[in-house]
Formats: sequence, structure tokens, C-alpha cells
Amino acid sequence: MIKRSFFKSSYLPYLLILPQVLITLTFFYWPALQGLIQSFHLSDPFGLQSRFVWFYNYIELFTDPLYLKSIFITIVFSISVASVSLGLGLFLATMANRALKAKPLVRTMLIWPYAVAPAISGIMWLFLLHPSYGVVALGIKRWLGINWNPVLNGADAMAMITMAAAWKQISYNFVFFVAGLQAIPKSLIEAAAIDGASPLRRFWTITFPLLSPTFFFLSVMNIIYSFFETFGVIHTVTQGGPGGSTNILVYKVYQDGFVGLNLGSSSAQSVVLMSLIIFITFLQFRFVEKKVQYTG
Amino acid sequence: MVEKTPLLDFFTYAFLIFGILIVGFPIIYSLIAATLPLEDVSRVPMPLIPGDQFMVNIREAWTRGDLGTQIFNSFVMASGITVGKIAISMIGAFSIVYFDYRFRAAAFASVFCTLMLPVEVRIMPTYEVAANILGPLQPVWDFLHMDGLLSWFAGHDVEVLLNWSLLDSYTGLILPLVASATCTFLFRQFFLTVPDELCEAAKMDGASPMTFFRKVLFPLSKTNIAALVVIEFVYGYNQYLWPLLITTNPKMTTAVIGLQNLIPQADDLPEWNIALGAAVLVMLPPILVVLFMQRWFVKGLIEKEK
Repeated sequence: MIKRSFFKSSYLPYLLILPQVLITLTFFYWPALQGLIQSFHLSDPFGLQSRFVWFYNYIELFTDPLYLKSIFITIVFSISVASVSLGLGLFLATMANRALKAKPLVRTMLIWPYAVAPAISGIMWLFLLHPSYGVVALGIKRWLGINWNPVLNGADAMAMITMAAAWKQISYNFVFFVAGLQAIPKSLIEAAAIDGASPLRRFWTITFPLLSPTFFFLSVMNIIYSFFETFGVIHTVTQGGPGGSTNILVYKVYQDGFVGLNLGSSSAQSVVLMSLIIFITFLQFRFVEKKVQYTG
Repeated sequence: MVEKTPLLDFFTYAFLIFGILIVGFPIIYSLIAATLPLEDVSRVPMPLIPGDQFMVNIREAWTRGDLGTQIFNSFVMASGITVGKIAISMIGAFSIVYFDYRFRAAAFASVFCTLMLPVEVRIMPTYEVAANILGPLQPVWDFLHMDGLLSWFAGHDVEVLLNWSLLDSYTGLILPLVASATCTFLFRQFFLTVPDELCEAAKMDGASPMTFFRKVLFPLSKTNIAALVVIEFVYGYNQYLWPLLITTNPKMTTAVIGLQNLIPQADDLPEWNIALGAAVLVMLPPILVVLFMQRWFVKGLIEKEK
């Protein structure tokens, strides 16, 4: 789209868009292309020789049990993070919307963790869930009777990074749910109340369906977050361990490429992730935006 | 409120207070831990009464982690990304909305598609570009046989290897992150809502495009800019993967990365008081920004993502 009234200049528009285009070409498209090319090559760790091997890297990848395990771990991780943070975010937003007094204060107190870096959130949860010093770990051991040890036990480690990753995302979801709740017309709720619907029933038959666009949008954003932005949490807390039990796809790309120097495999993994995010973005624009009506 | 539900109201506040405590607990607990001496912090469970060692721990963390330098680096990176992103996407959106030229649609599409290429999916190749930003030009240089041309000029054999590394530099920390599809899109949407009459009036008064941009569009965009400043500052300050890749020198790394070195490992003294003191200190700037500019923050977050 362009304005009805616009300027004419032979060089200015190019000059204005140039920085943006230069940076995207240099740091986005060129590396993406390089990654794609490298994923069809096999090279030695010193980068001295490389030869074209067709889909060898991809076949290796999808027959590698470690990679398949990493896919599984990532799915479990992202679903857990999304459900914990969406559930708590929605619950707290509904409660905050009901509150009559101290609304701004309540909101402020629930928003601030968003500013904490995922890596720092990881450090704090590492302390809280530390098998010998953590207070939450102590509670788990004493009251739930679980032999909690995220340093040795893979499932415990997974629970730990899920907590660290979901915690700050609660605030993010909270902000969007509050905005979504405010857009719902009061008259609808009042009409239902006059008809005798209980608060819980009003929530499930009116509020929740009207929030569904927000809910879909946030599900996509949370999955993207847990796939890609949780790198800092993994790197500070578990480094993929113990025994690869928290080695999510993004961390594996980093480890295989940057630490293990296996360029071909790392590039193939990058391409897999790229296709995945292209698919998610496509889904978001094609499906979610059209099927669900935004109101207000 | 629609009806009187005292019991539900009670639970609403009870749950809210509970929720606030749960959400704030890790930060409050870390803050308490940062005030305790080593023997208290390693007691299980740790006492919940703040001690008086806060300044001692912070000072220790400050020198041990070289936090002064690293927080400064974080500030440079965050401000650079904020200013760069907003400037570049604003003039980019101006070009796309207010001019008609041949590659307009292509330029917009190319910027918009970067949404699908976060740094996490192109770790290695982007690192290679940053290690030698002139790398992409080398094939062009070789193809044009510029070596031969230069040799002919110089009268002896010359071989040119284009090399300009961004590793361990502020440019390297900032430049690859300043392209932003979402910001460009936000400004584009906003510019489309600006009445056409303003542009017509400006043209009638003989204003050049840049005058129109400076005198009309920029003042109108102030609220959008404020909202994006908050969001992008927090984003830039909290970056993890890119600074981790591109900096090896501890003098050039950012505070969020540097914290890693302060976490007690299995064989170390459990000096969590120092690690958490540093963590509290490092997370303070973005928290303050969000708290004091909350209105802009919420506006920016919602408008940018939608």
C-alpha cells in the first residue's frame, strides 16, 4: 500500500531503505544461503576441504537417535513451557480483571519479571532448585517425597529449565490477556449475569471464546519463545545435560557447530529449524489471522 | 462488578496476592540471598531475614566479575540497538510508504521475511560473516580479477584478501541486530494512518520530503518511538546468544553473559550470595526501565507483536 499523496525522487527512497536492505542482505540472507549450501556439503573440522554430498547430512541427522531425542525433548519442553505460562498468565489476568481495588499496583507487580533476561531467570531458579542449597528443592524433597536432583536426573533437569523458562513468560502472557479481557464488552457479561449464569460459566461461555484470538496468538509466540529464545536458560543452567536430557534443538545446533565444529550437520540442523519457523510464521498469517475474528 | 460475590472476591484477592508472591519470589529470594554472609547462604534452608552484607557482596561481585566494564558494554549494546533499530526502520518505512519506486514491494518483502530468520537458526554462517564482514565481497573481487588489475598497476604481483572482523567490537555486537521487521512494520502501519492532507499541505508549502519527515512525521511518531525505546532497550540488554558467539574477550562481553562465570560450580565454595548479588545488580536496569515506563512498555509490547 502507498499513500494517495506521495513524493517523487529518483534517489532518495533508495537511499532511505539502503541501510535496512544492506543489513538484511549481509546478516540475514547471505548467512541463510551459506547455511543452506553448507548443509549439502561435508567438510573436515578445519574447513580445509569440503565436497558436495547431496542429502547425506540430512539422512545422517534423521537417523541419529540423539537428534530424534532432541526433537522429542524440544516438543515436551515447549508444550510444558507454553501450558504453564499460558495457564498461569490467563488465571492471573482474569483475577486482576476482577479486582476492584489496586488494579495498577497488581499489574505492576505482575509485569516486572518480563524485564529479567532468560539467563538470569535461569540463575535464580538454579539456586532455588539446587539439590543441596535450594529452598524449593528442599520443599519438593520434604513434602512431595521426591528424590530431587536435577544435576543427575534428566526429568528433574527438564522440570527445572521449564520453570526457569516459563516463569518470565507468565508476565508476557499476562500483559496480552489483560489487554484482551479489556476489549470484551461489559454488556455481554452483564446480560449473561442477568440470565443467571455463574461467574465460572460466564468465563467459559463468553470470556474464553472471545479471548481465543489472543490465546492462539500467544500459543504461537510461546512456542517460538521456547524453541529459540530459551537458549540462555539452557546455557546457564544445564548446558544440555545431564546426558543430553535438556539438549533442545537450538542448543544442539550451537553445540554441534560451535563446540563440536561439525559444520555440515550443524547447517542441516539450522535449515530444519529455518523450515520450522517459516512453517510457523506461515501458519500464523494464513490460519490464525483469518479464521479467528479480532473484536475491538 | 456485575453482582455481589463476597466469597469469590475474597478468593480473587487471595489468589492475586499469592500470584504476586509466586511471580516475585525468585527475585525477592535472590535479593535476600545477596545480603547474607557465606555461612548463612549455604545453610539449608536459608534464613529469610535479610543480613547486612549486601554492600560487601556487591563489591566483591563487582571486582570479581568486572561488572563495571560489562554493564557499560551492555548499556552500549542496548542503546546502540535501540537507536539503530528505530532510526533504520523509521526511514525504511518512510521510504516504503511515501515514495513510489520500482523495487518498493520487493524491499518491503525482503525486510519482512527476516522475521523468519532469527539468529538462532543461522548461528554458524552469521558468525562467519561477522568474523569477516567483507567475506561476501571476496568472490566478486576474484571474479572481476581485481588482483590482476592491481598487479598491473603496481607492477608486481598483488593478492588482496578482504578482511574486516567484527569480533570483539561494539559494531559487531550492535550492527547485526539492528535490522527489524517488526519495527519497520509498526512504523509502516502508523504512517498509513497519517492523513494524506498533511503530506499534500506540506508539498503545497514546498517542503522537501526530508523536511516533511522531520517536521511532521517525526513529531507525530513520538509515542510510538517512546514505546519502542522501552521494548528494544530491554531486548538489547537481555541478548544472550549473539554476544556469546561474537565476544571472547571478557572486556568486551556483556553483563548477562559475564554472570555465568560467577555461578559456583560443584568444586567451588558455594558463594551464591555473590552470584545472586551480581544477578540482582545486572537485572536492575531493564526492570527499572519497565517499572518507570510501564505505560509505554505495555503499549509497545502489544503494538509491536500484533
